[in-house]
Amino acid sequence: MRKSSIFIIVTAVNILLIGLLTVHARYSQAMAATALRERAEMVRTLQLTDLCLFTEARYTRNPAMADRFAPFQDHPGAMEHFPSGSLVTPPSKRIHEFSP
Amino acid sequence: MNSPLNRHTNILDFALSSLLRRKSKNLSLLVVYTLIVFVIASLIFFVQALKHEAAQTLAEAPDLVVQRMIAGRHDLIPATYGEQISAIRGVRSVTPRLWGYYYDQVFGANYTLLVPENGVVEPGSIMIGAGVARNQRIKIDDMLTLKTSRNAPLLLTVQGIYPSSSELISSDLIVLSAEDFQEMFHLPPGQFTDLAVTVANPREQVTVATKIAELFPDTRPILKSEMLRTYDSLFEWRGGMMVVILAVAVLSFIIFAWDKATGLSAEERKEIGILKSIGWETSDVLQLKFWEGIVISLTAFLVGVVLAYGHVFFFSAALFEHALKGWSVIYPQFRLIPVVDAYQLTVLFFLTVLPYTAATIIPAWLAATVPPDAAMRS
Repeated sequence: MRKSSIFIIVTAVNILLIGLLTVHARYSQAMAATALRERAEMVRTLQLTDLCLFTEARYTRNPAMADRFAPFQDHPGAMEHFPSGSLVTPPSKRIHEFSP
Repeated sequence: MNSPLNRHTNILDFALSSLLRRKSKNLSLLVVYTLIVFVIASLIFFVQALKHEAAQTLAEAPDLVVQRMIAGRHDLIPATYGEQISAIRGVRSVTPRLWGYYYDQVFGANYTLLVPENGVVEPGSIMIGAGVARNQRIKIDDMLTLKTSRNAPLLLTVQGIYPSSSELISSDLIVLSAEDFQEMFHLPPGQFTDLAVTVANPREQVTVATKIAELFPDTRPILKSEMLRTYDSLFEWRGGMMVVILAVAVLSFIIFAWDKATGLSAEERKEIGILKSIGWETSDVLQLKFWEGIVISLTAFLVGVVLAYGHVFFFSAALFEHALKGWSVIYPQFRLIPVVDAYQLTVLFFLTVLPYTAATIIPAWLAATVPPDAAMRS
């Protein structure tokens, strides 16, 4: 078989795989709809405000409820020292927030 | 037959043979290139799926949360605030929330203690997240001992464990009764952590929040849209980790492009010279280099994207776990719902495939315009 044919077949297989993965994503979303609804229901009944992603510090557990300056509130020279601080930025400026 | 398709196939054949002549160099280049695409595509898939999850589940979060601020810090809010807020036109209900954090000195874990609105747990019983059960190695009907603010042990029976499918929202939760919460923290009577406000008309949320802020200047109303926006900024490019990853990727591409743009090796120049001397046109040489660039960059892109999808959605982004876990003792075990953002993949395609292919063609064009004998002698 010609080298170009092998390359075209490999590329076509890869493109087909990406197509199948897109179909898989759609299918998974449909399959997970019930679980997603259950999670949303749990958020409603427990009145949750945040995802449980980073439990290492109070302000990273509930970033939506935290102060914008939370990592630096303990003393003026306090530095952010939790790794998740490099993954999530401070909450955006709130409409009714009058402090920084 | 000499159709354009046949011509391109022949040039592609020659390009592949040319790449295979420098097998080890091109193979290592392909591996590194694939790895970079894999890391960036993994991040794109992970962040999109997480944002999708946050948007879908937190759509049911309270419309407004009112916190009281004292001396610039979040403080307890009196129930009387709730009574006055519920009198504001447009407010459907005000529910005082009791929640807080508990640091377990033995396991070094932070738990979130929460009292549900409708007493789903009896005094003396708790519902826990799967992460707490895993951390404490406890199951239903086992006892969990917490230390109260007065240093007395509080024994609680595990009434239920939230399903592992809800770990992304419940992993560190300990849901307990208001009586047990009071026993734990001894809050002053009539004081709560904050207030959850439901607004009848979603379009009036900002107006209601403004009225609350005017009525109680020492409060901070947080809108649901603001809660959701917090997760839009997750893994934003300005975040430290993202800057490092993107900088590494950009630097790698600069090195690739630099390697190509600074010129061809003597062997490649000689090859171009020979091709021109046997009758190849400059455009043919450019097509040859174009196909060489496409073979490397397109293969790296396609393989990198497929591997990234598998990594994030079949192996739960295992490579990112340590970065996400940080110093957390409790880390949720979750499988994200796949989301493929065609726009971001297209941007990734144009950022990875096109610059490399362009960087391959330009030096080849410079070499192909030199007379064949000069190219061969160089």
